[in-house]
Amino acid sequence: MNSRAHLLFDQVSFGYPPFDKTNELRQLVLHNLSFSVQPGQFVSLVGPSGSGKSTIFRLITGIEKPLQGKIYFPVWFKDGPEIETVHQPKVGYMPQQDLLLPWRTALDNALLPLELRGVARKEALGQVQSLFDECGLAGTETLYPHQMSGGMRQRVSFLRAVVASGTLTGPPLILLDEPFSALDAITRIAMQEWLLEQWTKRKQTILLITHDVDEALFLSDRILVIEEQPVTQLTEIEVPLDRPRHLSDLEKREIVQLKYALLTKLKTKVKT
Amino acid sequence: MKKIGDYAGAVAFILLLLAIWEGGARVYDQSYLLPSPSQILVRLWELKEVLFFSHLPATLSIVLTGLAISIGAGGILALFMYYSPFASKTFYPLLVASQTIPIIALAPLFVLWFGYSIWSKVAVTVLFTFFPITVGLYDGLRSTDRRLTELLQTMGAKKRHLFFKVALPSSLPHFFSSLKVAVTLSVIGAAVGEWLGAQAGLGYFSRRMMTQFDGAAVFAPIVLLAVIAIVLFLIVKLIESIVLKWRL
Ligand SMILES: Nc1ncnc2c1ncn2[C@@H]1O[C@H](COP(=O)(O)OP(=O)(O)OP(=O)(O)O)[C@@H](O)[C@H]1O
Ligand SMILES: [Mg+2]
Repeated sequence: MNSRAHLLFDQVSFGYPPFDKTNELRQLVLHNLSFSVQPGQFVSLVGPSGSGKSTIFRLITGIEKPLQGKIYFPVWFKDGPEIETVHQPKVGYMPQQDLLLPWRTALDNALLPLELRGVARKEALGQVQSLFDECGLAGTETLYPHQMSGGMRQRVSFLRAVVASGTLTGPPLILLDEPFSALDAITRIAMQEWLLEQWTKRKQTILLITHDVDEALFLSDRILVIEEQPVTQLTEIEVPLDRPRHLSDLEKREIVQLKYALLTKLKTKVKT
Repeated sequence: MKKIGDYAGAVAFILLLLAIWEGGARVYDQSYLLPSPSQILVRLWELKEVLFFSHLPATLSIVLTGLAISIGAGGILALFMYYSPFASKTFYPLLVASQTIPIIALAPLFVLWFGYSIWSKVAVTVLFTFFPITVGLYDGLRSTDRRLTELLQTMGAKKRHLFFKVALPSSLPHFFSSLKVAVTLSVIGAAVGEWLGAQAGLGYFSRRMMTQFDGAAVFAPIVLLAVIAIVLFLIVKLIESIVLKWRL
């Protein structure tokens, strides 16, 4: 076990309760799953639809509780080996559906995490306003979710997760569930580059779920692949690229090979 | 923006009905049984002093007091049921059962209990309006998207945050729908209450005129009651469109 982990799954099993309440047996989604994420790492999670990616996020955020096993959030101290386990730290969670509050404008949605923490509105505005500009959302602040496009809503939800991750206890943990799936290719690349920039600047730990293998390769240090059902282990792939990265890195021979290896892995999992 | 033209059909139809009524009433020519619309208007004008300055305020105060009590008590009960499954299992069936009581049959009892004071009429109004308001609020609170609540919890939201920032806004569309039903019922409730025993009010006045075979004067306060209901309805709609502007 790695004691320097920002996040550690220790033999976690989980299944959703069956709709039929008389049947006690749960169909397991995760079975004795262990893995860890180092502080400051950028990790992608890929796997077939319905394999349990979003479920892993729901466990990390505490929305669901493991049936067995434990999830640790150790804080790592730079100058010393002490480990302090924090239960349920603040995470920046961007769910798969944007889940914006329909009665709040884009700006008020993005301000929500700070509002819940009791940050004065004026101060909060200072923090959030610049993020709007950087995400290409300038001018959308006063729109309600039903007035925004899918891609706009997704970016506001993304922003809210960045804001929610804060920097209170240790390095913030950000969970992004297919954050850019609704964006056009150009905007997506711009957002990916922005995310990398933020990540370099703020040293967050980022976990990202994606269906886009290119995205995983371009962004992450490590890719975790779900290969079986229920999930008992994650196949780890280190991305052999230095930082800062450029889009052209994706054309490199070994990356292209890696990409096709990954795609083949995922393709065989799609049941016909 | 709605155009006046959208309502042309409704206006034309009402004018047509009024014209038929006017014609029929003139042919029948028994104004104590069937007064014509023009006779009612004339009577309304003649009686404006008593109607507007003594009976209208009496009825309006019953309507508003009754609504306020229903919203207050209904709100508390809805909250209680929302937070306690036990309370909802206990009170929800009772609430539904209360609607099967023929309120008009019960109303004379209120006169016995509360006398001829305003409270016997308020009680009838509350009986009419309590149900839609409570059920509207309760269903509204329960319509809260669980995923939104979960998301806010991951941001460290406290119970009060979950209520004020998620549950309450979620409940408002239902609440306003039920409030629109309730305000029109409240006018009926007040009128029924006054009919059964009162010393003032539009319902009371209408009934007294009946004993004097003054058909037009029976209808004049009824017209006013309808106007109150319509105005209250429009006020609720206006507030709704301001509060729920995120839905438009
Ligand atoms: N709230 C829930 N209640 C019951 N079962 C659920 C719930 N959420 C997900 N599941 C089930 O758990 C399994 C894993 O779902 P999950 O949402 O984690 O998949 P995923 O890997 O995120 O898929 P996708 O890529 O399509 O988003 C699926 O079989 C799904 O039907
Ligand atoms: Mg998912």
